[in-house]
Amino acid sequence: MSQVLPAEGGLRRVIGDGESLPDGEVEGLGDAELLALYRDLVLLRTYDERSVVYHRQGRIGTYAIFWNHEAMQAGAAFALEERDWIFPSYRESAIGLVRGMPASTVLSWWRGHPAGWWNPEDSNVASICVPIGTHVPHAVGFAWGSKLKGEDRVAIAFFGDGATSEGAFHEGATFAGVTKAPAILFCNNNQWAISTPLAEQTAAPTLADKAIGYGMPGLRVDGCDVLAVYEATRDAVERARAGEGPTFIEAVTYRSAPHATADDPSIYIDPERVEEARESECVGRYERYLVRAGVLTEETIESVKNEALELMRAGIAEAEAEPPADPGLVFEHAYADPPATLADDLAELRRILGG
Amino acid sequence: MAEKLLVEAVNDALHVEMERDASILVLGEDVGKLGGVFRATAGLQERFGADRCFDTPLAEAGILGTAVGLCMAGWRPVVEMQYDAFSYPALDQLINHVGRYRWRTRGAMSFPLTIRMPYGGGVRAPELHDDSPETYYVHTPGVKVAIPSTPADAKGLLAAAIRDPDPVVVLEPKLHYRTAKQEVPEGEHVVPLGEARLAREGTDVTLIAYGAMIPLAERAADALEGEASCEVLDLRSLKPLDEDALLASVSKTGRAVVVQEAPRVAGFAAEVAAVLAEKAIFDLQGPVLRVTGYDVPYPYWQIEDAYMPSVERVVDAARRLLAA
Repeated sequence: MSQVLPAEGGLRRVIGDGESLPDGEVEGLGDAELLALYRDLVLLRTYDERSVVYHRQGRIGTYAIFWNHEAMQAGAAFALEERDWIFPSYRESAIGLVRGMPASTVLSWWRGHPAGWWNPEDSNVASICVPIGTHVPHAVGFAWGSKLKGEDRVAIAFFGDGATSEGAFHEGATFAGVTKAPAILFCNNNQWAISTPLAEQTAAPTLADKAIGYGMPGLRVDGCDVLAVYEATRDAVERARAGEGPTFIEAVTYRSAPHATADDPSIYIDPERVEEARESECVGRYERYLVRAGVLTEETIESVKNEALELMRAGIAEAEAEPPADPGLVFEHAYADPPATLADDLAELRRILGG
Repeated sequence: MAEKLLVEAVNDALHVEMERDASILVLGEDVGKLGGVFRATAGLQERFGADRCFDTPLAEAGILGTAVGLCMAGWRPVVEMQYDAFSYPALDQLINHVGRYRWRTRGAMSFPLTIRMPYGGGVRAPELHDDSPETYYVHTPGVKVAIPSTPADAKGLLAAAIRDPDPVVVLEPKLHYRTAKQEVPEGEHVVPLGEARLAREGTDVTLIAYGAMIPLAERAADALEGEASCEVLDLRSLKPLDEDALLASVSKTGRAVVVQEAPRVAGFAAEVAAVLAEKAIFDLQGPVLRVTGYDVPYPYWQIEDAYMPSVERVVDAARRLLAA
C-alpha cells in the first residue's frame, strides 16, 4: 500500500497486450472469480449499448453513456462486500446490476418512471447523484457514521475528473481525511467534462496529486484494466477496514463515446484519439486476457453475452409494462409528515383531472 | 421550572434530547470544546463525548453533506451553522439533497436532520452576521422551518425539530439569545411544529410576526394601547404554517400587518399576505400591509436601525390600516 506522499505517478496495470507487454495476475482471484468479473463487465457493456439503442427508439429519455467505463465500475465494485455502500453518479447509473438490481429499475429511472427510484437499502447502492460531486460528502458521512457505530462498512463514491473541481469534492475529501472515514473516492478520469478537457479543468499534474492535500494516498490506475482497478480498490478497502482511513483512486481512461445521448462530441473531440481509445476498450481487453490465460472460451463468451442480452430484453419489457404513474405520486414521499396544504393541492388536482 | 435565557433553553433542549435518544449527534464549527460561539452547545461534548458532539472542518456544505450520509448510516444529526449568512454555502446540499433525498428513495429512507443557526440583525456585528434567511429555507420543498421567539419555544421547537422525521431548519433570534428570559419547562418539552402562538389577544388589528420581530410587535401593541387593540400572532413555524390560527385571528380583527426583518421581495410576509388574499379577503377591512427590511444588502451597523423594522414603522402601518 502506498504512502500518502507522493501520489502514484505511473498507472497500475495488470493486463498486457499479448505481444510485448506481458500479462500479470492478481493474487487471490481464481478462474471462478475471473469469470464472474467478466460477466459483470459484459452485463454493464450490454446495458450501455442497449440503452443507446433504446434511446434512439424513443424508449428511454436522455441517457448518460458509460461505454468504456465498465472496467472501473465492475472492477471497483468487485473489491467490495455486499455490506459496503456504493454512491454512484449518473455515469454509474447501472452499477446496481452487479449487485442484482433489476435492469428494469435502472431503465425505469432513465424513462422518468417512479419505478426507477429504488430503495438504497435494497442493494446498498445510494440514489443516482445528478449534481456533480455533491454525493462525495454523503459517502464520507456514511462511512464515518458506520465507523462511529462500530460497523465494518466501507463507502465508495464514483465521480468524474470534472467533479474534482467542485467544492463538494473538496469538502467531502477534507472530512474524509480528518475523520479517517473508511471511504474510497473513486475518480473516473475520462479526461473530458462534456466538452472541457482535463488541461482546462486543472493545473494539477495528476488528479491523484490532489489526494496529498487531504492527507490520503492517491493511487493511479489504468481505468481500462479491470484487474488493475480491482486490485487498487482492494488495497483501498483493506486500508479502510484496517482503520487507516480513506483513499483516492484516479482511474484513467479516455471518453470514447458522447457524454450523453444529447451530446455532439464531433464539435470538440479528436476522432482519431477516440478511435485509438476504442481499439483498446476495456471489455475486449479483458476478454483477450482471459482467452490467453485459457480461462475463457468462445462458447462461454457467446453464452455470457446472450445471457446479458436476454436480461436486457426482459428488463426493457418489464420497464415498459409498468403501469402509468399516478399523478398523486407528485405529492408523496417529499415529507414523512407533510404540511396539510399538500393534501389540499392533491384534492384540487384530482377535481380538475376528474380522477 | 427555572428561568432561562433563550440560548440556555436551546442548550437545555440539546442536553435533554441527546440524553433521550442515543442516535442524536451534534456537529458544527466550534461546537465541541468551545460549546459554540454563542455557547448553545456548551457542555455537550463533556457530557456525551467527542463522538456525539464534534468540531468539524470549516466547511458548511461539507457539514450538511456529511450529515446526509450520517442519516443514511442511522444517525440523527443536529447541525449548527455558526451564523445565518454562513449557511449559504450549504444551500447546495440543502436544495439538491436534504430536501429531495427522501423523495428520491420513494419514502424508503428518512433524513431526520436538524439545522439550527442564530439569525437576524440588530447586534452591531460585521457584515454577514445579520441576515434573516428564512425564505431560502421555506422555499425548499422537503424542508420544514421553525423560528422561536421565547426561551420556552426555543426549547420546545428545537425538541420537535429533532424528533421530526423530516429535515427541519430552526432559526434562533440571536438578538434575544441573552435578553429574552422566562420560565422554561424542565425535562422533555416539545412544542409541535405547525402551531402558532397567540402572543397577545386583541380585536382591531393582527400583527403577524415570528422570531425577533415578536418582541417588537409586542412593543408596537403597547404603543398603540388606548388607540387600538392589537392581536399579536407568533407564527413559530413557517412550514408547516398554522393557517387556521392565521385565518381565525384575521377574521376576528379584519386587519393584518405582517412584520419580517428579511428583505421584502418574495419574503415570507408575501406568503402570509397571499394566504390572506386567497382565503380571508372577505374578512379584511383593508389591505394587508408589510413592514420589512428593504431590498438592499444588510447595512453598515451604525445605521442598521434604519433598515430593521421598528416600533414606529409597525405603529405607522397599523394606524394607516385603522384609518382606511
